[in-house]
Amino acid sequence: MNRSLRPLMATTAIFVFAYLAAVLQYPAMFSTRVLGNFLTDNAFLGIAAVGMTFVILSGGIDLSVGAVIGFTTVLNATLIMWAGLHPALAFSISLIVAASFGAVMGAAIHYLRVPAFIVTLAGMFLARGAASVLSPDSIGIKHDVYTAISKSYILLPGGGRLTVIGLVMVAVFVVGSIVAHRTRFGSYVYALGGNETSAALMGVNVARTTIGIYTLSSTLAGLAGIVFSLYTSAGYSLSATGVELDAIAAVVIGGTLLTGGYGFIAGTFIGVMLQGLVQTYIVFDGSLSSWWTKIVIGGLLFMFILLQRLVFRASATGRRD
Amino acid sequence: MLGQTWKTALMRPQVAALAAVLLINWSLFPGFFDITWQDGRLFGSLIDVLNRGAPVAILAIGMTAVIATKGVDLSVGAVMAIAGAVAAVMVTHGYGAIVSVSAALLAGLICGLWNGVLVAVLDMQPIIATLILMVAGRGLAQLVTEGSIVTFTDPILIFIGTGAFLGMPMPVVIGVGLMIGATVLVRKTALGLLIEAVGVNRSAARFAGIQSTALILMVYAFTGLCAALAGIIVAGDIRGADANNAGLWLELDAILAVVIGGTSLMGGRFSIPLSVLGAMIIQAMNTGILISGFSPQFNLVVKSGVIILILVLQSPLASSWVDRRRAARMAHSQRTPS
Repeated sequence: MNRSLRPLMATTAIFVFAYLAAVLQYPAMFSTRVLGNFLTDNAFLGIAAVGMTFVILSGGIDLSVGAVIGFTTVLNATLIMWAGLHPALAFSISLIVAASFGAVMGAAIHYLRVPAFIVTLAGMFLARGAASVLSPDSIGIKHDVYTAISKSYILLPGGGRLTVIGLVMVAVFVVGSIVAHRTRFGSYVYALGGNETSAALMGVNVARTTIGIYTLSSTLAGLAGIVFSLYTSAGYSLSATGVELDAIAAVVIGGTLLTGGYGFIAGTFIGVMLQGLVQTYIVFDGSLSSWWTKIVIGGLLFMFILLQRLVFRASATGRRD
Repeated sequence: MLGQTWKTALMRPQVAALAAVLLINWSLFPGFFDITWQDGRLFGSLIDVLNRGAPVAILAIGMTAVIATKGVDLSVGAVMAIAGAVAAVMVTHGYGAIVSVSAALLAGLICGLWNGVLVAVLDMQPIIATLILMVAGRGLAQLVTEGSIVTFTDPILIFIGTGAFLGMPMPVVIGVGLMIGATVLVRKTALGLLIEAVGVNRSAARFAGIQSTALILMVYAFTGLCAALAGIIVAGDIRGADANNAGLWLELDAILAVVIGGTSLMGGRFSIPLSVLGAMIIQAMNTGILISGFSPQFNLVVKSGVIILILVLQSPLASSWVDRRRAARMAHSQRTPS
């Protein structure tokens, strides 16, 4: 077996075992209904996590994704309900705004030479602030397109529903994997995460790649915001707080190395599903309170970071022999 | 000599920034500088800025030490919630205020040590290591309070949050005491120098014989302790522990205060009093936005504007521009005599 796939296999194995254990306790959890809901309920998180994977692969971090999601929901709601635009037009405007926001952050990170986390922190304040300046209150979205999208789904055998937003997430993961592993941009991202100086010496255009990475992350966060507004049929400036942390957790649990240069988009998918599993298990259990989600996710995060260190320390000593 | 250092201290851009913010506040609200004496304590907008800014200032004191070692602590907000929860729950279960406060401080110390072990011993990136406690910490705090907001009536605990000593609000007294204590500790001993050495280059510091692991452990433990202190103050102020909202986003304010204070995120040179000044600038801006009648939502936009401005000023781009101008002037003056 390819040695570099080991962390991915470990994550997958843990997910499968955890799911089997949950099914043994609550047989009802093994149904297409639950699996379909996994996809629908975590669609926005998954989409944002794909962008986060690219950022972390390049050795950076993006703390603004939750705020961009919140901002996009509000922007969508104001464009559709107040300006009376068609949702398709509102979606395009939101994506363009999110993309340019990311491009500016990427440019700031590259040209001002400041740590990514402080630039994206400023971005987070700006996006949340801008969202609450647009509207501090939640705006309900009522539009035929919204109703149509939320009503359409593919019925799976066993009564499960594959919703549009669930499919969007799966599509983003597929496209993300292709971009990461099969395009020049993807290999530039890995090169940047491995070592920025060597990447530059090898002829990688660091400025363009950095700007591209943060543009991609913010665009996907914008898409996640659109999906979130479809999911809740509302725009609210405080929605999706802390999603950046869930996304980072999903990426790390998925086996991507935090120092950059190593990881898989597919691993992030498992990371998102594992978080969904924890939440669903807690709902099924009924006696466990919701705060256990946070503790368990914190514990998983710790376990996987530790695992990464052990695996990579082992492989590093192996190479030296 | 002392006069000289005072003069250079007053020349700092942070002092000018604070003065500018206060003057803007004064122009918006003419009674801003009025201070009255009532019921044995001082009242006024200025006192209010000090009082409201104290928790962030206390967090910033700990954060300064961590950032000086090239680290960062994202978990301070969650640790505040844990400490507040511990103090409130213990006091409602009949323990004395002293015991409860000590237990809360101990909880903060343990949280800090946990972060320190992850960073110093397991060699994790500080952002990620402290992210774990940031995510799990609020869950732990809710575990302590069992999901509800625990209110209490213990007079000593409430005094810590709302009382007054020599006319000054208690949070200000605690904050000033901590600031003086920490500054004396790092500047009158070699500790500050050692912290800076570890922040600039950890391996070089280790080769120079500095116990960098122990030092980093200690710094994170101190930050946890500061966070616990801030958490107790906030809990005493609202007479209850709110695991969900206590200290929410304050880690970002604390980092911002340190950055405004001029401590580089790349580690090394640091100043605790300037970080406290940074916290006061943030609070003065918050108060200014509130009294000017803008909605509090503008807070975030203004804050991000301030961060962007500081980043641009601190960036190598700006300093290389200054250097180039200086070099051009030097070349020019050298050329003129010949």
